[in-house]
Amino acid sequence: MALPGDNLLEVEDLRVSFATESGVAKVLDGVNLTIRPGEIMGLVGESGCGKTTLANAILGILARNARHEAGTIRFGGEDLLAMPRRRIEDEVRGRRITFIPQDPYGSFNPLFPIGTQTMEVMKWKSPHRAAGEGRGVAGFFSRYPRARRRSDAAAVSQMLRAVQIPDRDAAFVKLPHEFSGGQRQRLMIALALLPQPQLVIADEPTTALDVTIQVQILKLLKQLAKKSGVSVLFTTHDLGTAYEICDRITVMYAGQEVETAPVDDFFRRPHHPYTVRLLESLPRPGRELREIGGEIPGLISPPAGCRFHPRCARATDVCRAERPPVAALGGGHEVRCYHPIAEATPA
Amino acid sequence: MSDAPILQVDTLSRHFPVRNMLGWKTGAVRALDGVSFEVRSGETLGIVGESGCGKSTLGKALVGIHPPGGGRIVFEGKDITGQSANERRAVAPKLQYCYQDPGNSLDPRWTVRRSLAEPLVVHTALTPSDRNARIAKIMQQVGLPLTHLDLYPHELSGGQQRRVGLARILTLHPRLVVLDEPTSGLDVSVQASVLMLLRELQRAFSLTYLFISHDLSVVRMMCDRVAVMYLGRIVELAPTETLFAAAKHPYSQSLLSAIPDIGGRRVTDTFTLEGEPPDPARPPSGCRFRTRCPRAAPVCAETDPALRPITPAQSAACVFA
Ligand SMILES: Nc1ncnc2c1ncn2[C@@H]1O[C@H](COP(=O)(O)OP(=O)(O)OP(=O)(O)O)[C@@H](O)[C@H]1O
Ligand SMILES: Nc1ncnc2c1ncn2[C@@H]1O[C@H](COP(=O)(O)OP(=O)(O)OP(=O)(O)O)[C@@H](O)[C@H]1O
Ligand code: SF4
Ligand SMILES: [Mg+2]
Ligand SMILES: [Mg+2]
Repeated sequence: MALPGDNLLEVEDLRVSFATESGVAKVLDGVNLTIRPGEIMGLVGESGCGKTTLANAILGILARNARHEAGTIRFGGEDLLAMPRRRIEDEVRGRRITFIPQDPYGSFNPLFPIGTQTMEVMKWKSPHRAAGEGRGVAGFFSRYPRARRRSDAAAVSQMLRAVQIPDRDAAFVKLPHEFSGGQRQRLMIALALLPQPQLVIADEPTTALDVTIQVQILKLLKQLAKKSGVSVLFTTHDLGTAYEICDRITVMYAGQEVETAPVDDFFRRPHHPYTVRLLESLPRPGRELREIGGEIPGLISPPAGCRFHPRCARATDVCRAERPPVAALGGGHEVRCYHPIAEATPA
Repeated sequence: MSDAPILQVDTLSRHFPVRNMLGWKTGAVRALDGVSFEVRSGETLGIVGESGCGKSTLGKALVGIHPPGGGRIVFEGKDITGQSANERRAVAPKLQYCYQDPGNSLDPRWTVRRSLAEPLVVHTALTPSDRNARIAKIMQQVGLPLTHLDLYPHELSGGQQRRVGLARILTLHPRLVVLDEPTSGLDVSVQASVLMLLRELQRAFSLTYLFISHDLSVVRMMCDRVAVMYLGRIVELAPTETLFAAAKHPYSQSLLSAIPDIGGRRVTDTFTLEGEPPDPARPPSGCRFRTRCPRAAPVCAETDPALRPITPAQSAACVFA
């Protein structure tokens, strides 16, 4: 296992629940995740497994009915969950950690031109803004110093070129709806990279796009991330996308992470029964489909122990009693299963 | 599968008006622009292409949800294009359309039982007890427990909603079913069971499928032949394995090269197609793909290539094919 000092982000034993009308939903149940500097980390899992909840927890934007039950989120050595709100807003969210959402339509204000919206973001989140600048009574008159405004505008223009937005001067005065879905997603990538963050959280950034546009965006994101050395937490339910872009992958099932491995090892030698069955349900030429059987459990009274046990052919009493501990298999491959599949059929 | 066509489509078109802010008509989107093909009895014909290329418009025009603007549709040897509502009643149950989004096509205020009974009330003269028997049978065939008959759509999972959507159609014993994105928005594990179910049902009811999807891996698994669409046109039509082995149209080639190959080379390292589909209200002159085509030459701006046979089984619409 990597030394703690090597990691940019460390999520440890995170437990988050939501109060709902029918009871308390235990949505994250002791989740562990690490991200190293410059690494693209894939968080893969089916709908409802808790990907967005984990992303929101890191960004500090959980819904009002959410409760942090236990665990820590350490970013650059500091516990984000213990950090004062003001510092998170001023230094972390939108600056050291930025966000690319799934739906680029909802993320822009439809009434203002893209240029205005981008500069408004840069006013507060520019990498060159001093801490506290523009706040308070004195700050009111010097909200956006002219020199910084000019250099920020130049940075924006350069970034629009990097994300391949044609005709950048015209783009500045266009409204969001005048861009295609693919272009809007490029703009979101530009906005996320402009503050020169250490971590970008991309929550299913390409699911709403067509295949050919999807590949273009993935290619761009991968290139820019590698060039700037930023770390990325990339959530997706699509294993093919994860294969394309990620350095490492963690699979989550019903709020528990079950397997983590470097990407090639992950697809070549999956060990967790859920991962193996998930890979078998992908349509691949020359192979019959297999369904997993059963359904994803409810999270208000989830199965005890390993949450996959009701659907697992290998389950025994111990699986039903207690969640399996992490087993390190070497080479950074970790699995949480009492009866891992030793010689899994290669994917 | 037999070679006899169950459905023949000839130069079908459908235009939608484009209006400005004052409501004046300023142009038209040619959502379907002279589409011709045949569907053989018992086959699964895939329709693929990017968002907005006209797949749903095609499916809806075929089953009469909205009438085509021009062209001919011949179903089981009979021209059904200009039929009156009365004549239409006889074929309607045989030609069914399964909506892209079953969550929205099921009435949220109706229980599953009511959703399943309604088409039988409209299209058949069954007695209530025969109706109930047919509903019970179809529930079992789509793999839903009878206890689910009293649930509302929001109480069902995405996969279960699709099953109800299918059951609703199959109670009418159709011959041809248009499946519009039958697995979009489903998780892979749920997708696998829906696909397996679709195959079982095809066998059990000897169905012909028109399988609309943008997921080429799924299409490869499910379809006998595939039609590739781009901006309201079919640009290539071929048996599935021929298409995957030797696509002739540059757009089909690009689409195929975008499919992730887990364990193989990374598509993001090899993919070359640039740009995005043009505005369908203002398609380029000549070949509509030429603005993105890696092989485009001056001739492509002048001639509008028609879909023509390359071999008896494979057709493509490209001057270089
Ligand atoms: N504010 C909330 N109140 C109650 N339950 C919630 C809330 N937000 C999320 N949940 C529940 O938590 C679980 C995880 O949701 P989450 O959005 O994190 O899943 P996801 O993995 O991102 O899924 P998807 O792939 O569909 O986006 C789901 O069961 C969801 O219904
Ligand atoms: N009722 C309508 N009025 C006006 N334009 C329409 C209408 N229905 C479809 N269109 C337009 O016709 C074109 C084809 O739409 P269609 O829904 O058939 O595409 P599609 O291939 O099914 O796309 P998707 O993959 O997104 O479902 C699009 O440009 C669309 O905007
Ligand atoms: S811990 Fe037990 S139930 Fe869970 S995946 Fe492993 S064998 Fe199956
Ligand atoms: Mg999500
Ligand atoms: Mg459609």
